[in-house]
Amino acid sequence: MSATRPKIKARPPTRPRLGKIGESVPRSDGTPKVMGEFAYASDLHAADMLWGHTLRSPHAHARIAEIDISQAVGMPGVHAVLTHADVPGRKTYGLEFTDQPVLAIDRVRYFGEPVAVVAAEHPEQARRAAEAIRVVYELLEPVADPERATEMEPLHPDRPTMGHGYRDDPRSNVVRHMVIRHGDPETAGDVTVDGVYEVGSQDQAFLGPESGLAIPDGEGGVDIYVATQWLHVDRDQVAPCLGLTVEQVRVHLAGVGGAFGGREDLSMQIHGALLALHTNRPVKFVYNREESFTGHVHRHPAKIWCEHRATRDGRITCVRMRILLDGGAYASSSTTVTSNAASFALGPYRVDNALIESTSVYTNNPPCGAMRGFGAVQTCFAAEAQMDRLAAELGIDPVELRLLNALAPGDYLPTGQLIDGALPTAEVIRRAAALEPPAPEGFPRDPIRLPGGAGNTTRGAGVHRGVGFAVGFKNICYSEGFDDSCAARVQLYADGSATVHCAATEVGQGVTDVILQVARTELGTDRITLAPHTTATVGSAGSASASRLTWMVSGAVRDACRAALEEQERREGGEVDVERVHHHRPTTPLDPETGQITGERAHVALAVAAMRAVVEVDIDLGLTRVVWVGTAQDVGKAINPQAVHGQIEGGTAQGLGLALMEEIQTRDGRIVNASFTDYLIPTALDMPPVTVVLVEDPEPDAPYGAKGVGEPPAIVSVAAIAAAVRDATGRALTRVPIRADDICL
Amino acid sequence: MPRLRISLTINGEPRETDVWGGESLLYALRERLDLPGSKNACEQGECGSCSVLLDGVLVCSCLVLAAQADSHEVTTVEGLGAADDLHRVQEAFVAAGAVQCGFCTPGLVVATADLLERVPAPSDDEIREALSGNLCRCTGYQKIFDAVRLAAGIDA
Amino acid sequence: MEVLTPRSLDDALRLKAELPAARFVQGGTDVLVELNFDRSRPAALINLNEVAELRGFLRENGALVLGSGLTYAELMQPELATALPALAEASRTVGSPQIRNRGTIGGNLGTASPAGDALPPLLVESAQVEIASVRGRRALPLAEFLVGPKRNALEPDELVVSIRISPSGSRQTFMKVGPRNAMVIAVCSLALSVDRERGELRAAFGSAGPVTGLVTAPLDEAERFPAAVAAAASPIDDVRGTAAYRRHALRVLTGRALERCLA
Ligand SMILES: Cc1cc2nc3c(=O)[nH]c(=O)nc-3n(C[C@H](O)[C@H](O)[C@H](O)COP(=O)(O)OP(=O)(O)OC[C@H]3O[C@@H](n4cnc5c(N)ncnc54)[C@H](O)[C@@H]3O)c2cc1C
Ligand code: FES
Ligand code: FES
Repeated sequence: MSATRPKIKARPPTRPRLGKIGESVPRSDGTPKVMGEFAYASDLHAADMLWGHTLRSPHAHARIAEIDISQAVGMPGVHAVLTHADVPGRKTYGLEFTDQPVLAIDRVRYFGEPVAVVAAEHPEQARRAAEAIRVVYELLEPVADPERATEMEPLHPDRPTMGHGYRDDPRSNVVRHMVIRHGDPETAGDVTVDGVYEVGSQDQAFLGPESGLAIPDGEGGVDIYVATQWLHVDRDQVAPCLGLTVEQVRVHLAGVGGAFGGREDLSMQIHGALLALHTNRPVKFVYNREESFTGHVHRHPAKIWCEHRATRDGRITCVRMRILLDGGAYASSSTTVTSNAASFALGPYRVDNALIESTSVYTNNPPCGAMRGFGAVQTCFAAEAQMDRLAAELGIDPVELRLLNALAPGDYLPTGQLIDGALPTAEVIRRAAALEPPAPEGFPRDPIRLPGGAGNTTRGAGVHRGVGFAVGFKNICYSEGFDDSCAARVQLYADGSATVHCAATEVGQGVTDVILQVARTELGTDRITLAPHTTATVGSAGSASASRLTWMVSGAVRDACRAALEEQERREGGEVDVERVHHHRPTTPLDPETGQITGERAHVALAVAAMRAVVEVDIDLGLTRVVWVGTAQDVGKAINPQAVHGQIEGGTAQGLGLALMEEIQTRDGRIVNASFTDYLIPTALDMPPVTVVLVEDPEPDAPYGAKGVGEPPAIVSVAAIAAAVRDATGRALTRVPIRADDICL
Repeated sequence: MPRLRISLTINGEPRETDVWGGESLLYALRERLDLPGSKNACEQGECGSCSVLLDGVLVCSCLVLAAQADSHEVTTVEGLGAADDLHRVQEAFVAAGAVQCGFCTPGLVVATADLLERVPAPSDDEIREALSGNLCRCTGYQKIFDAVRLAAGIDA
Repeated sequence: MEVLTPRSLDDALRLKAELPAARFVQGGTDVLVELNFDRSRPAALINLNEVAELRGFLRENGALVLGSGLTYAELMQPELATALPALAEASRTVGSPQIRNRGTIGGNLGTASPAGDALPPLLVESAQVEIASVRGRRALPLAEFLVGPKRNALEPDELVVSIRISPSGSRQTFMKVGPRNAMVIAVCSLALSVDRERGELRAAFGSAGPVTGLVTAPLDEAERFPAAVAAAASPIDDVRGTAAYRRHALRVLTGRALERCLA
């Protein structure tokens, strides 16, 4: 069968617009998006297309005794019903360890784990067929409590996480255990504060549900059009499971409706390709919202034990922290989350002595992996609460205490790494602290401007105002020896116009415009076309994650443009076609025993943000309204200031959600709020105005000095808003999301 | 499998299609009528991405049976403007940076157009309340409010 | 699945009598969620949108007769909001503008959820539910109509035509607690009216028991009323909140509502 191209409706070639580096450029995909003509993965259509549907486990932990598909295969409209037995290649996949079955084999380890897939003419027929598959489960006791995971039966008896260069931990269900020992962790202080903090599991809740279209190429290979964050690594995971070469699997970016980490792991890619190859017809998957909650990984829930010691005059002498992360049923990116949680646990403060222990474990809870700010979000919440406790204990102003200990270039991270790039901690603190919040508003007011909002619960009774301050930081780009690179290809034509190829995934963050802005700046022309993002024509760009893409893409496109110009000059005109791969400076792994660097650095660069938040809390009902947020963020250089503001405002909204309302709730591993009715994300009535100050302190090593900007606001806002609610209520509030009960009962 | 035939007016044009009884208007628009502009983010009325006007009234098309739209008028985002003649709300969304991933955008554009039709110069409170049924996960709403004010010609 | 679209009340009743397993759909804001998420596959759907008799409202000898097809957006319009202020306040808390444009009081009664926001204000106003079938008509006080969580007193062939209220003209208010500032299903809710004419306090709470509950007391027992309302509730722990919080919040809400209505 010849390949049927998906009908990508009127997605006009990305047209060049004026706008070079440093200018606010309207999005090149803005017009198709406001017209409803931008083709998202769920909009794709192909002639003769079938609908895929996934049968998922209703149990968090069970042995599969039998799967009987005989009823389902003969049902009207049904073309294929596949189980693990039909996976022709490797039966498991995974971002780092291949510990996750394509379709459950003899055991299910989490609620919603895929067990079988169906393709049918109409989605309703596919659903009915899935319902007719008989699976006999023998229930097993779920490992639901991460604190007890190491004492329970191993969920992965073959220990897929051992022998990869991490500290091999013999305890059962440990994904990664790391220890950072820095200076003398026995160092005392004049004062000590301790606390235990908890962070609930957050969902990325991107609006565009997981979707994609797989089209057989008629020669045994397959084209997959999908909303994802990393085309090449999708391909590298898909091909072995299909028993194909990577050349036989082409992964193309379909329009992405948000990602935030939730599309780093595979969703429908292998399932769609299996069904397409089996039926020899295009197969489309669109998850519904409920399924989406089980269709991707979540933010790791965490428990963090802290002890901070300081001198009377406010210098931190020693910090001891223990971090436990619930990784859920499969490893996903738990190892990196474990390491980030530890590496940034102290916050952007100068601390000479520390002992940090960070552990992620397997459980039968929903698998956790990447989400904006991972690891650092959890520890920032704990560390900043500790800073406030310390300030209170010492009678020092919390902003002053932070300034006193602010980390700066020339200082060392607890991993022994010298900070040799830009890190304007003190400046972001000063700039954020200088922002004036709006004056308190009197009563009466419309209820929508009061805690409880539209619910009309107060006219002012019980309302207390609170102000919080926090600072957060994180690494930019991948770490610990991961060879992070990005390819770009430039076809420069005789008339000076150009086509740029880059597999960087546009997930909404605006990387498309970064590519175009860099190309315009370097080539000095507006006549630039951006080719489709695909694995077919250019090398890997790496993923849209770790706040790395602006940096890496800028470098790759810049290098390719400059090379193309040189080449054209050398040839004295004509058409040239060059591809360049950009690498940031190398990193090396951390010592598995001490958590110290083994080379010059484990992290490439750092970015820091400070935030002041004002809330009003109805302390009798425990309801909160965030009134205002002011933030100063270290961005290196803002390539597109409007887009940078958008990232900061959006990241703040996600942090507000985690601070006040967002949590995946489970009972014995089963998600009980898998809907937008019960998993609440902030609405237009929940988000306050945000005042943003961009601090431009160019990163010496980064192309154009630009740092990624996506994660810091999501990190710092959780801590800042929680601090403001503490200020309003006088309660300790050691857990996010803060529940009404925690405030008023 | 489809058993019912419906005829309706969409964006001013008479249209007909066969549907299955349990299908929503959203499904029919997207999968049968070649109008995928309205988005399917939750199909439970919570996000507003599927917002359309049904006889001039703002509704979630995921909560209307396709069969209920028979003989009625529907306006979708595709009916608001053309590439060379964008609706002022569409223009404002692009100019204000109110679009990131854009999945919420069609619904927000329809909801905003509806708001400005009824309330030409809305207050900030009115904007927030009118858009409280349209979730956006990317922008934090600030630039969306800017876009509404821009389209309404209100100085921020 | 078939969709039948009657054009008159008689046709609707006849269809329902012929197909008692069919499901009515009015605004669809409850039914479509069930259909979209494969939670319900009724034999047929009866679309009530074209039944003009269910739309709008009328006044009859001082009483208000609200068509079951009246939407929340319509309940917020000035004429009805003046007569039934708590119902209008409740309507403003329902879902989003899109939901308020489409969702109806008939649907809220049909679903009979303990979280239904139209129910507490209707209960404190002693609403009567007017029911019809091919067998005839009957009316029931709302309190008798609500028989259990998501269960009402309708027979398989019956339909809610309207809701009849004699507006008390008393001071009244509605409040709803939810974890975010818009678009929430009630963690708990309260409608309260201070009826000086009858010398009575009436409160109805939602999401704090298997059905919306009504509590009354003489006017002079205002001080003890918050505790009485909290004690009358029988809340549970669920994903939206804890029983302890609900009871506590009802006490707070009742106190505040009294302050509002006695001021
Ligand atoms: C996003 C969202 C938010 C929501 N928020 C709220 C909220 O804040 N508060 C709240 O109370 N509800 C809320 N709801 C639920 C719903 O909107 C209300 O219950 C609404 O009143 C239902 O009305 P409808 O006309 O849409 O009902 P439909 O879905 O059409 O019908 C609901 C039920 O009633 C039956 N029915 C309808 N009309 C009649 C009739 N005339 N006679 C007999 N039976 C009938 C139907 O068969 C069905 O069982 C929300 C729903 C959504 C999707
Ligand atoms: S898709 Fe209709 S409201 Fe979300
Ligand atoms: S722009 Fe992505 S959801 Fe609004």
